[in-house]
Amino acid sequence: MASTSRHGPGGKHGLASSETRDPIGYAVAALSKLAQSDLLDRVGLRKATEQAVYTATRSGLRTMAVAGRTFTRKGRKRAGVRVASADARGVFDLTPTEDEQMLVQVVKEFAEEVVRPSAAEADEACATPEAVLKASLEIGLPILGVPESLGGVAEQRSAVGGVLVAEALAHGDLGIAVATLAPGAVATAISLWGSEQQQQTYLPAFTDDQAPAAALALAEPTVLYDALRPATTAVAGADGYTLTGVKSGVVRGAEAELFVVGAMLDDAPALFLVESSAGGLEIEADPSMGARAAGLTRLHLSDTPAQLLGGADGTDYTECLRLSRLAWCALAVGTGQAVLDYVTAYVKERQAFGEPVAHRQSVAFMVADLAIELQAMRLVTWRAASRAAQGKSFAREVALAHQLCAEKGMKIGLDGVQLLGGHGFVKEHPVERWYRDLRAVGLMEGGVLV
Amino acid sequence: MINLETPRKHRVLVDQAHQVAMNMLRPISRKYDRAEHEYPKELDMLAAMIDGLSESGTAEGAGATGATQDKAKRDPAKPAADKRAADKSESGKVRNGANLASVLSVAEMCWGDTGLLLSMPRQGLGNAAIAAVADEEQQRRFGKLWASMAITEPGMGSDSAALSTTAVLDGDEYVINGEKIFVTAGERSSAVVVWASLDKSLGRAAIKSFVVEKGTPGMKVERLEEKLGIRASDTAVITFTDCRVPAGNLLGSPEIDVRAGFGGAMATFDNTRPLVAAMAIGCARASLDLTRDLLEQAGVVVDYDRPAQAQSAAAARLLQLEADWEGAKLLTMQAAWMADNRQPNSLEASMAKAKAGRVGSQITLACVELAGTVGYSEHELLEKWARDSKILDIFEGTQQIQQLIVARRVLGLSSAELK
Repeated sequence: MASTSRHGPGGKHGLASSETRDPIGYAVAALSKLAQSDLLDRVGLRKATEQAVYTATRSGLRTMAVAGRTFTRKGRKRAGVRVASADARGVFDLTPTEDEQMLVQVVKEFAEEVVRPSAAEADEACATPEAVLKASLEIGLPILGVPESLGGVAEQRSAVGGVLVAEALAHGDLGIAVATLAPGAVATAISLWGSEQQQQTYLPAFTDDQAPAAALALAEPTVLYDALRPATTAVAGADGYTLTGVKSGVVRGAEAELFVVGAMLDDAPALFLVESSAGGLEIEADPSMGARAAGLTRLHLSDTPAQLLGGADGTDYTECLRLSRLAWCALAVGTGQAVLDYVTAYVKERQAFGEPVAHRQSVAFMVADLAIELQAMRLVTWRAASRAAQGKSFAREVALAHQLCAEKGMKIGLDGVQLLGGHGFVKEHPVERWYRDLRAVGLMEGGVLV
Repeated sequence: MINLETPRKHRVLVDQAHQVAMNMLRPISRKYDRAEHEYPKELDMLAAMIDGLSESGTAEGAGATGATQDKAKRDPAKPAADKRAADKSESGKVRNGANLASVLSVAEMCWGDTGLLLSMPRQGLGNAAIAAVADEEQQRRFGKLWASMAITEPGMGSDSAALSTTAVLDGDEYVINGEKIFVTAGERSSAVVVWASLDKSLGRAAIKSFVVEKGTPGMKVERLEEKLGIRASDTAVITFTDCRVPAGNLLGSPEIDVRAGFGGAMATFDNTRPLVAAMAIGCARASLDLTRDLLEQAGVVVDYDRPAQAQSAAAARLLQLEADWEGAKLLTMQAAWMADNRQPNSLEASMAKAKAGRVGSQITLACVELAGTVGYSEHELLEKWARDSKILDIFEGTQQIQQLIVARRVLGLSSAELK
């Protein structure tokens, strides 16, 4: 962190490094310092909020990773079980299978009855309530991508089901969706690329109601971050690999017992399994603009023992990256739908000039555009998922979905706030949260996977 | 099972259309852009070929006539559906029929040339209207005609309630009076489907469509417009002065049902809007394909796995354009698929038209910009596609009309509430 050691204002608080202070600037800075002083609080001049205390402790301290359970090695080091690709009949169809419809129905109810009512509190606390996490295990979220023969529910590639579930969950809340989907991301990754030994060692833990918190860590705190060239490195030793580097956007890192971490091995990116009890791991809270219920953290790795997950030539890593982006697209669609549903009701109720604001084209057309772009996002995401499930190439389709969901998703978040005017800016309504959450799409890597 | 690929049964058709577009339309594309109003005689050969393919059954839905409505249940509130597929399908089975085939093949043809596609003999928008609402007898009489569509008037565009052309029953004939503008293929077609009011005091419910065959006394092509784009297609001004047509030329029911209102005439749009969206998709893809190639020659290659902001500005822009294009294409396929499966699709048809219409302009204009003076010059077709695409955000309902329709449906508001 070179910028924090500099004395000028540049490089801090989101300022460009070219910024310089003039005399008035110094005066303002001094006032600002006073305003920030806890002296004010001690003498009772200002009411201390729990949030300030929380933020100071959460982001200021690094903690050791949780001790975690011991995963006992089982099975042999040959290739693991793989589910088959979905077979296509060659018919254009937008109807989910019966199984998918039933699954989505369950998740929708969960999202509506459990997730949405917890969303504001979870956002505030930067953590998803324990009861919600427990309930998510009951509906089997971690094992959607785990093969039947290994105790999961997947009979074939589940990318479409995964997208539909992520969309339905995010309609409740994006942050909680990420928190509850994170263990499944790791379990799915082990199902897709793990050896027999890795599958038999780790997957059984995900199938019972004590499933561990786990995180897929692909992002890094670097501007213009290119996930195909992570700065985290892997070094081969006599007894496996060791990893060194910093990962960001790590979901529920503070409680995670197992990580899948992206790192460069020689000239190609690869995936590695890291147990929280491995040593050489530090977790730093990293509260962000949104997706706060996901309990985002940074993961500091220094010579941390790790096992290679999947191939070392970059192929499995790249596929993982694509499937993770795809999951973020689905989250954007679900959140966008939440915005659309909310503003539709609001603009029909809110009166101005003697009639509902919805009766004005300038308002109504914003809603129309929101609906059009949302449906386009959904279809492009579905197409990428269906190609992935069918074993077809899907790099292009994921890239297009990712581009569209990042750009139009943010526009939906922006318009969602605008359509409520000043009321959209206050926390009485959820649109400001959706605005913050939707900014995650396009820049987050990892965390979720379908 | 969710699958958004080109249907297996339509792949041959799409490939054929692509070959025709590449080998028959592209070579004459610039020629008829320059020679506006000159009849593209090459198209007669093409039309004969398509007729032949239709006879053999391999060209299902190769043009506008492919988008048809289910004859068994013709209800303005009900969606269009593919009658052939409906005949042989089992209940509950997902169909990929003529509507989907039509949008896919029309997109391919417009990848070749939009103006020429609009000039294809016997594939006019009027044919789509006839196919959508004609009874069996009318189908037999008018099915082989080349029919254009006459809706717009000098004082009326999107606001059909302001329509002033009249049709008065006199014995067993209707007498039509009025002036129509913007009639695509109005000079070349062998018939015109005209919108006229039976009783202006009853508003839109009284608007009916009539088939007027060429040579009918009282019908006159006044002039052809000179246009920004689609110059290969003629756009006519046609007047009707005491023009008499048999009563049987009225398409649909002659009853004026004020309660059902305008639905009958508007139902056609549920079929034709996805077609126009498909035109925009085809035209825009022509621009995208060429621009991608030109950029690759200049050393700019889009990497789908790297974030846009980590690539060159030109690559990022291309990625953005392609993403919008993909969204427009899938919305269009959705609208057609719903029609094939008898699901109401007015909302989705308008969504597709709105998205494809504006994306068509954004893409073709951005491609000119990306290619610089190479794109601006007549040496390439990029500038032409940027002119051709504009009309696709206008006819069959402008961008703003589509937004109005989408907004009313999403918000559940009437036309009185949301004007």
